[in-house]
Amino acid sequence: MQFLSQLKAGQQAVISAIEAEESLFHRLSALGFRVGKPLSIMRRASFNGPLHVRLGTTDVILRVTEADRIQINAI
Amino acid sequence: MKRIALLGMPNTGKSTLFNRISGASARVGNWPGITVDLMSAKILLGGNIVELIDLPGIYDLHGFSEDEQVVRHFITNNPVNLLVVLLNSTQIDRQLSLLLQIKKLGFPIVLALNMADEAKRAGITIDTESLSQTLGLPVIQISAKYGDGLPKALEAATSIINQQDITTNPQSISLLLKEEHDIEHEMHELIEQHVQIPATLNDDTTDKIDKLLLHKWFGLPLFFAAMFLLFQFIFTVGAPIQDGLAWLLDLIRTELLDPLFTNSPKWLSGLMLDGIYNGVATVAAFVPIIILFFLVMSMVEDSGYLSRAAFLMDAIMAKMGLDGRGFVMMLMGFGCNVPAIMGTRIMRSRNMRLLTMLVIPLSLCSARMQVFIFMIAALFSTSHAPLVLFSLYVMSFFTMFLTAVLFQSQYKNTEPFILELPPYRFPTPRQIVLRGWHEVKHFLNRASKFIVLGVVLVWLLTNFPSNVAPASVETYAGQIGVFFAPILDPIGINHELAIALIFGFVAKEIVVGALAVIYGLQGDALMAQMATQIDWVQAMSFMLFTLIYTPCLSTIATIKNESKSTAFMWLSIIWSLGLAWVVSFAFYQGARLLGF
Repeated sequence: MQFLSQLKAGQQAVISAIEAEESLFHRLSALGFRVGKPLSIMRRASFNGPLHVRLGTTDVILRVTEADRIQINAI
Repeated sequence: MKRIALLGMPNTGKSTLFNRISGASARVGNWPGITVDLMSAKILLGGNIVELIDLPGIYDLHGFSEDEQVVRHFITNNPVNLLVVLLNSTQIDRQLSLLLQIKKLGFPIVLALNMADEAKRAGITIDTESLSQTLGLPVIQISAKYGDGLPKALEAATSIINQQDITTNPQSISLLLKEEHDIEHEMHELIEQHVQIPATLNDDTTDKIDKLLLHKWFGLPLFFAAMFLLFQFIFTVGAPIQDGLAWLLDLIRTELLDPLFTNSPKWLSGLMLDGIYNGVATVAAFVPIIILFFLVMSMVEDSGYLSRAAFLMDAIMAKMGLDGRGFVMMLMGFGCNVPAIMGTRIMRSRNMRLLTMLVIPLSLCSARMQVFIFMIAALFSTSHAPLVLFSLYVMSFFTMFLTAVLFQSQYKNTEPFILELPPYRFPTPRQIVLRGWHEVKHFLNRASKFIVLGVVLVWLLTNFPSNVAPASVETYAGQIGVFFAPILDPIGINHELAIALIFGFVAKEIVVGALAVIYGLQGDALMAQMATQIDWVQAMSFMLFTLIYTPCLSTIATIKNESKSTAFMWLSIIWSLGLAWVVSFAFYQGARLLGF
């Protein structure tokens, strides 16, 4: 099982599951995080800072804590 | 009166559209069922006056963020005649969900697709006619920034408003939660049939800029350099304007007001001129810098760079219970605390806003710097001066970080840190001016009442009883100085400095002037006199106290207004006063112990 937080910059993946409480789930899904959607990691900030993720036409930054809730299959 | 609400996701240009439609007529109002202020404006639409309300930007009607709750409460408590839903054309594939959620509730809707220009550049083509037919509502592509398509959108809104008198039925919201699944499906179908999106966006300018500005190692230094340049710009441009305005206000006093009041009773001219006019003029002289701050701030905010700064600083700020945006506000505070505190509005979590608001008043604002430059010139050699000023800046950062670390458990924010990174945009001049004007109006409204009251009080304290010399120790202000001696003596602050500190409570700009009145001297003579009265340890202690205790009444008023909590305002005052005393005490007694 692989999580979004484990990906390196430049890697691509498909979301396989989102494990989050309702409020976070809503927020993520409204920003485009849905099962089956492909995404790519644009970059990661230094000092284990946020991840910069691109989903379709949308760019999102999120902390590692949140990226830990998203399961992916790397491609 | 009929009512139209404007709804959309964050970063879709909703406020730009609102400002464009309302011009400068907008005001802040309270609404049933919600605690935050919403902007509204009365506009003329098809011969009728209609109320237009700007709802907060939301991602999801069912979400749990503060903004999302505000919108839900608004539409379940306030009937509306029409919703104008604004979506970003370049992200229509994802944003359509919000429209469908609202459509299910049975609202009359006009769908405005903003950023038509950006979508065009990105190669996205939307067949608005067929989309409009399928949805059964008017769909109009607009550019809020340039105003394209706006007349058409307003026309569509007018015809809906004129056709029907019915307002909305809010109860059906709960039904919608069950239909989430259908929406997902419908959205997919719609995009499939009506929208073509190329696999990658053609416009990769943002990517190129990001490669540099979000660089793993150069990102932060570049950010600091950019911020430094902005501050330089604000002060290089603002300082001469401020000086000019101060000169003009002084001229008005000497040429116009002084002759006007020559025959009035002494108390009246004193109160009107030395009290109210001087006080208000001090504030007024700062308006140019404040306007510049707002202009630069709205430019930075609208450009998309703030989200990038949040990305860069977040790891460090997270350790203090803040986030990257909080850091930007701290920097803004180095110019003036008031706009920085207002700037926390971009934060969604109330707890994080409060923690940031507690930290900002500790930043070394430009008014405090005036005091420091004066004191340093009076009591330190030129070779020591830069070091002393630098140490005060370091101290400012230290107290901010200390405060955040100590209070972060009090203001734990549960909201996850997920931010959309919008593409870089260049705001139009009209956009910048309108935003700046709004903020300035609000600031003047609030600050003016507060300042007038404050200066009248200070004038009374320093001029009564009337049989003693003004601002002397025998006046009420002087007696207060004596009264506070047990607290202020241990930190090396004498009665004269104590009176200046009390003046400083209103605004730090008054401190130097107050010292001039107290010592009855000006310029070099004043500095020389002060050097004989106090030593550098006392001066440093005085500066530390000035740095840390509440910056000014405007800041306090702004904190109260933005937090909407008197208790929080008092916490901010008491914490900063307490911290100021402890730091000054530790420094003064420590230095004396070491034999200085």
